[in-house]
Amino acid sequence: MGVGVFAFLGTLAVISALGVILQRSPVHSLLALVATLLALSGLMIGLGAVAIGFLQAIVYVGAIMVLFLFVIWLLNLQRDPGEPGRLAVKFFGAIAVAALVAELFAFFVRAPMSPMETSSSYGSVDRLADLIFSRYLVAFEVASLMLLVAVVGAVAVARRWPGDEARPNGAVGADRPVLQQARRA
Amino acid sequence: MLINLLIDTAKAIVAVLLVLNLSAVLLWFERKGSALIQDRIGANRAAIFGIGRRLGMPNLGVTNTFVADPLKMFTKEDFVPDQADKFLHALAPFLSLFPVLITFAVVPFGDRLIIGSRVIDLQVCQLDAGVLYLLAALGVGVYGAALAGWASNNRWALLGGVRASAQMISYELAMGLAIIAIVMTFGTLDLQDICRQQGSVWFGWLPKWGILYQPLAFLLLFTAGIAETKRIPFDMPEGESELIAGYFTEYSGGKQAAFMLTDFAEVVLVSALVTTFFFGGWQVPYLHPDGLHFPGVGPILLPNLIVALLGVVAFGMKVVFFCWLQILLRWTLPRFRYDQLMYLGWKVLLPLGLLNLAATAVVIVALG
Repeated sequence: MGVGVFAFLGTLAVISALGVILQRSPVHSLLALVATLLALSGLMIGLGAVAIGFLQAIVYVGAIMVLFLFVIWLLNLQRDPGEPGRLAVKFFGAIAVAALVAELFAFFVRAPMSPMETSSSYGSVDRLADLIFSRYLVAFEVASLMLLVAVVGAVAVARRWPGDEARPNGAVGADRPVLQQARRA
Repeated sequence: MLINLLIDTAKAIVAVLLVLNLSAVLLWFERKGSALIQDRIGANRAAIFGIGRRLGMPNLGVTNTFVADPLKMFTKEDFVPDQADKFLHALAPFLSLFPVLITFAVVPFGDRLIIGSRVIDLQVCQLDAGVLYLLAALGVGVYGAALAGWASNNRWALLGGVRASAQMISYELAMGLAIIAIVMTFGTLDLQDICRQQGSVWFGWLPKWGILYQPLAFLLLFTAGIAETKRIPFDMPEGESELIAGYFTEYSGGKQAAFMLTDFAEVVLVSALVTTFFFGGWQVPYLHPDGLHFPGVGPILLPNLIVALLGVVAFGMKVVFFCWLQILLRWTLPRFRYDQLMYLGWKVLLPLGLLNLAATAVVIVALG
């Protein structure tokens, strides 16, 4: 990847990341986050991690961010009125941010800056698939199992069970342990 | 170096212009075709000096569709609602059109063209991970409709935007599963490579097109693709009897034209994908790089230019055929109800896609 392209995408990523926290409207913040993710996936693709770069665009931009958009719509989030925060929050927040910046600085100063030797197929789909389905097969399967469990759990918590219809507002599971519902299923 | 850049630019411009022009032709075809189906006359206004009538031809509505309507669209008042989010309202039409147009970068429209010592691959961008690029671009396409609905500050538009994004996300899954089955069959993510592999024949006469390997995946991809175009029978996001015009209710003039163009460009895209994955792309049966090889007949040798041109023409004809099929479906079928749409997407297409994937995997392992 040329230096110019890298500088452009990097600047775009930083500016849009700032946009995420500086915008008052949640939808604008979300769009800035989408731009950040696209810039990052462009950087990854340029640096040779083709599969990860495209997967980030597909999964995060194409699916997860759209779900965020739904959450913003359904919760009817409005523009942040921009109330001044409490002094204590600002004070400790500033300290935390300073500590984070110092830590990152210390990390990058010590990080090796010489380019790593990589093969030409590094980061390609073939190479990634080889690793996932041989060396990291168990980790990969366990991760997908965990995701499946999370999905089933989310459905079990959110779903209306027989007898819940009488309850006004459908406040399911608000007064009952989730486990008890799951046992009845 | 410079000449390579020029060639790449030319390929990109040709691909985009082909899509945009085919979209305009489809608009005309849709008007006259729907009139034919519904026993009406259809677009017949705005003739220039009545040339066609003097020659004794019926008014075909060509001037109407290609000159008068675009002029009207782009000279109309560009209305922005009072409380709308002005920036996003202006951005949404482009966010809708742009991802569809860039998708054509990886769709191959022909085989190699050899000029002198230079070999030109008739595909705008040769990408090893072409299918991933395709899915990423389709994923970005959701935002146009969703944000148009939200930014308009209109409840019908918002409902249309919510419906559009829910529908597109749901059907992208079925689409992805169908494409993964094809990727497993051909063992590559490069669309040009997928086309090349469909060039050989079985038993000496049957072309190895994708539809013969994956008939179920073809149905899944075509159905999910039509749902992605948001046209009847999947046009709940616009549903004019319920939502006025859905997510583009508050758009007028050129921006509304951009949404209309997106719909037609998506029709072309679905046709191009179905052609590439299941009907050999630019492959002409029995046409090899050196000429025609009919079974049982000696080879008829052809120069490379003719072969490349035949490929491009074949691709165009297949794409136009599937565009025609989609327009026919659009004017034949009634609109689904929203729950039927979700039922079809999640409880019919998705399980079928998973089943197809499992069956494909078993067959691939069994055949070694």
